[in-house]
Amino acid sequence: MKSGSNLEKVIASGQPAVTAELGPPMSADAHEVIEKAHKLKGFCDAANITDCQTAVVRISSIAAAFIAQREGLEPVMQMTCRDRNRIAIQADLLGAAALGLKNCLCIAGDHQKFSSAGRLKGHPGAKNVYDVDTTQLVGIMKKMRDEGLQEGGDKLEVAPKYFIGASWTPMGDPMDFRPYNLKKKVDAGADFIQTQGIYDVEIFKSQMEKARNLGLHERTAILGGIIVPRSAMMLKYMDSSVAGVTVPKALIDRMNKAKEAAGDDKKKARELQEAEGLKITVELIHQILEIPGIKGVHIQAIEWESAMEGIVKAAGLYPRPQV
Amino acid sequence: MIVGKQKPFEEIWDMVKGFKKIFVYGCNTCVAISHAGGAKEAEILASMLRMKAAQEKLEMQVDNAAIERHCEPEFFEPLMEKVRTYDLVLSTACGVGVNFLSERIGDIPVYPGVNTTFYGAVPKAGYFVELCGGCGNCVLHMTGGICPVVRCSKSLMNGPCGGTDKGKCEVSKEVDCAWYLIVERMKRLGRIEELYAIQPPRDWSAGTHGGPRRLVYEHIMDLEEEKKPKAGGSAQ
Repeated sequence: MKSGSNLEKVIASGQPAVTAELGPPMSADAHEVIEKAHKLKGFCDAANITDCQTAVVRISSIAAAFIAQREGLEPVMQMTCRDRNRIAIQADLLGAAALGLKNCLCIAGDHQKFSSAGRLKGHPGAKNVYDVDTTQLVGIMKKMRDEGLQEGGDKLEVAPKYFIGASWTPMGDPMDFRPYNLKKKVDAGADFIQTQGIYDVEIFKSQMEKARNLGLHERTAILGGIIVPRSAMMLKYMDSSVAGVTVPKALIDRMNKAKEAAGDDKKKARELQEAEGLKITVELIHQILEIPGIKGVHIQAIEWESAMEGIVKAAGLYPRPQV
Repeated sequence: MIVGKQKPFEEIWDMVKGFKKIFVYGCNTCVAISHAGGAKEAEILASMLRMKAAQEKLEMQVDNAAIERHCEPEFFEPLMEKVRTYDLVLSTACGVGVNFLSERIGDIPVYPGVNTTFYGAVPKAGYFVELCGGCGNCVLHMTGGICPVVRCSKSLMNGPCGGTDKGKCEVSKEVDCAWYLIVERMKRLGRIEELYAIQPPRDWSAGTHGGPRRLVYEHIMDLEEEKKPKAGGSAQ
C-alpha cells in the first residue's frame, strides 16, 4: 500500500471503485461541508473536495477535506497549480498529510478569468501561479512519497504518503494526443485517474482502447467520470459550453421528452427530468464499468449530493466494500 | 518588438494636470510601429493636452518631440538640455524608456503615457500579437516554434489542459490553445514523439522570478574602456 487510503484499498481489492464530489461553500461556515459529507458518506469510497473550482473563492480543499474526514467521509483533496508555487504546494502537502489526508488529485485548475463562467464576479484580475503543471505536480508528490525528497532535493524526515491522482479529459482537443497526455501523468506517477464527464460512451471506448494499447490501464486505476444530468438545459449547456464534453443528441432528446411530458407543470417537469437524469446516470455507470481497463466511476452530482444514495443503489454498487 | 498602447486620455490628464510645463517625449522605434508613442502620437497627445488645458482654463505649456530610441544614451544627448527645462516629461516610450530617462535626467519626474503591453509581432496592419514572454530560458525547439510559456494561458509545459475547446483556450474563444497549435505543428513536422517525454519543473530564475536581470559582456566593456583617452596619456 502506498497510502493505505480506503480508495486505494477498494481499488486494490479489484472491486469497482466509486468516488463522488463535494464542493465547499463560499462561506466560513463548516455546516454545509458537514451536511454534504453526511449525504455522501456510505455511498462512495471517497469524495473529491474541489479546490476553488471555476476560480471562485471557497473553503479551501484541505480544510474542507479535514472536516469531511472528521465526519467519516474519506476525502480526495484536490490541488490546483493555479494558486500555489512549488513551495506552497509542498508545504500544503506536508500539512495535509500531517492532518491525516491520504488522497490527492492534481489538476491545472480553471483559469482565474473563468470566474464561474461569468455567473459570479470571481477574481479575473488575480495573478496566477502555474509554477508547475499537473504532470510535474504528480512527479513532485511521488518524489516526496517514494524518495523522501523535496522537489529541490532537500530531505524530508517523514515523507507524506499519498495515493496520487490526476484528471484526464479523454475527449478534449486535440483528441489523438489525449492518450499521451494520460501516459505522461502515469509515467510521472499517477496512481489513479478521474476522467472528465462522459456522455458519449462510444468515443470514450475508442480513447480507452488507445490507453490500453499503451498499457496504461495496468499502471493506473482509471475511474470514468459521470456528471449527473438534471435537466435538458444542463445537458445542452454541457454539450455546447463545457470543454471536452460532448452529449449525444439521443440523450438530450430523452431529457426533452421527459420535460415535455409534464406539460406546463414546472414542478413536475423538474421531477420528470431529474428521474430521467438518474436513469441516464445508472445506464452510463453500467456502460462505463463494462469497458475493459476501467476500475471504477467518479460520479459528480453537483449541488445534488442527496442523489448519490439512489444512484449507487440503483446501479448495484451498494453497499460499498469494507476493506 | 515591444508593443505598447497609449493610456486612456483621462488617466494621462489626471497624472499631468498639476504641472505647468510639460514635454511629451516620443520614441520612434517599437512604440511608433504599434501606434502608441512615436513622433506623430506624441504630437497628437500634446495638442490634446493643450486643448484640455484651455478648456479647463489652466495655464499649461506643452511641447513635444521624438527621438529614435529611448533605450540607448547617445540618442538622448542632443535634446537633454532642453528637456531639463520642463517640470514634467510625459514619455510615450515603453517602460524601458521611462526608467532609463528617469535615471539620467536628474530631479525631474518622467511619467508614462503608454502601457507597455508585450513582445509581439504585426501579422497585418493594426493587429499585434504576443509571441514571446522573455522568460530567459527558451524551449521553442521543443514546441514547434510556438511558445507554451506565454501563448498558453497557464504556461503548461507537458501538453494541453482540459480547457481546450475546438482548438480555443478556456480564457476566450478568441484565443488559440497554444498546445493545440503545438501538437498539430509537431505532427506536421513528423516530431510528435518529442512531446511524449515529461518536461520537469522549470527553472524560472532566468525570468523575472530571479530578481531584476542584467546581461554583461565583459570583453565588449573592456574594448569600450580601451577606446577612452587615458588620464595623463594621449588618445590614439
